[in-house]
Amino acid sequence: MKDSAASVAIPAPLETRPAAATNAVPLLIRAKPLLLALVVPLLFLVLWQLGVTWTKSRLIPPPTEVAVMMWDFAVGGIWDDAFSRTLHVHLIMSLSRVYGGFLLATMVAIPLGLLIGRVMLARQMLDPMLQMLRPIPVTAWLPLSMIIFGLGGTSAFSLVFLGAFFPILLNTVFGVRNVDPKLFEAAAMLGCQGTNVFRRVVLPAALPSIFTGLRLGHGFAWMVIVVGEMTGVPEGLGAVIMDARTLSRTDLVICGMIVIGIAGFLSDKLITLLSSRMLSWSPQHSR
Amino acid sequence: MTAPHIIEIEHLSKEFELNGTTIHALRDVNLSIAKGEFVCLIGASGCGKSTLLRIMAGFETASGGAAKMWSKPITEPGPDRGMVFQDYALFPWLTVRDNIAFGPTERSRPKNEVRDKVESFIDLVGLRKFAEAYPHQLSGGMKQRVAIARVLANDAEVVLMDEPFGALDAMTRERLQEELLEIWQRTGLTVVFVTHSIEEAIYLSDRVVVMTPAPGKIESDNPITLVRPRDVSAPDFNEIRRLLGGKLHSHHGRKAA
Repeated sequence: MKDSAASVAIPAPLETRPAAATNAVPLLIRAKPLLLALVVPLLFLVLWQLGVTWTKSRLIPPPTEVAVMMWDFAVGGIWDDAFSRTLHVHLIMSLSRVYGGFLLATMVAIPLGLLIGRVMLARQMLDPMLQMLRPIPVTAWLPLSMIIFGLGGTSAFSLVFLGAFFPILLNTVFGVRNVDPKLFEAAAMLGCQGTNVFRRVVLPAALPSIFTGLRLGHGFAWMVIVVGEMTGVPEGLGAVIMDARTLSRTDLVICGMIVIGIAGFLSDKLITLLSSRMLSWSPQHSR
Repeated sequence: MTAPHIIEIEHLSKEFELNGTTIHALRDVNLSIAKGEFVCLIGASGCGKSTLLRIMAGFETASGGAAKMWSKPITEPGPDRGMVFQDYALFPWLTVRDNIAFGPTERSRPKNEVRDKVESFIDLVGLRKFAEAYPHQLSGGMKQRVAIARVLANDAEVVLMDEPFGALDAMTRERLQEELLEIWQRTGLTVVFVTHSIEEAIYLSDRVVVMTPAPGKIESDNPITLVRPRDVSAPDFNEIRRLLGGKLHSHHGRKAA
């Protein structure tokens, strides 16, 4: 329990050693990407530890202390304070806001993007307005969203929505406008007309681009959630970081950062998995 | 000819603006095609042969005159006129099977009728082993087979082909030409085939329509009466080749002079 971040990672390569005598090559080859991926994080942990020890800094806790804090944050039993064993509560709160805002953004942005990309009238009416709204940073919406939605979760939710909305919309529009015109002719001569064109041609053809937008939007959602939850919401990873900062609990701030990093990483993997499943027809996306 | 014409082109003209000057892509084109005929349109680039084909398909509208199918003006694309593009235009997200099923599915036919039809056309074009493959996994020849099957499975009466074999290597090209003839003879389709290869035109068609550019118009309409299967190295084949070559190039000669 000395170093929770490392203790998750180290057993895997260690366990390959005893097996090395029997089937060393396949296991090593299979573990190679994992081992390579671990080099830099482990090196970083070592440098962090050494850096803190050498500079005798009291402002930044060493990784070992952060690991202890993480343990307490996740399962409790060490400090027994307001934050002990609350990780799941904050994580679930943040996840629900991230995914809620992200899904709502997806449901609005994709149909809107298909429309703007395909229908001239919609493009002429909506595009200028959207292009003006786009450069406004999501954080600039914060005061306004606090006035409209008040202090609390809805405000964070609305920021996540905004953050995810534009990348999804813009990439959907881009995808639609880049559909090979020949495919529309092919669909037309096969008797595909009207709204069926959206379902059978536009949507699938724009899907690679839409997935790019989903990945970007999803990334923004995780970035924005912290800002959104700094507005006085009681629960959520952003709130934890904000509260920990006020209490000068830097170890907890770092814990919050690590959890966001891992959660964001894992849910991005989920989207990548989904995209390579759904885009298996595309030589650029399937693996 | 007393038989009713499946396609009739009457005094058709097509103009478009390019940088302020009017281009006459087609001027006063007249052409009648009987059901079951295999007609090739041939000519140098810019002679309007592809434009004419695209007007028959309904992708473009005429500036003057009319294009008719069974005496009804062609105003938009429709499943009765299938198009085979040079660059295939298959739906990359659909398997071979689903590409072929695209048209029949659209017309909401009974499911097992669609399935039986699609399977029979997969066999017809010899792609049984590739039924589950995606277009990017196929060779050019296979892609064009899918494109042909897709149109046939949709019960097209007229198949419009825009230099369909132009991007293929010589061997694949010859095989596909033979296969196309076989399908045409078996099904009684009407085929309008755009090419710039004189040999391909003579080998395939009942009639070779020679077109000349600027403005695009029909120079001559040449029935080919050689007995099928045709031998591209036979003396009478070469005689026709020489004749048509002269008609095609006479225009170039005038232009150069």
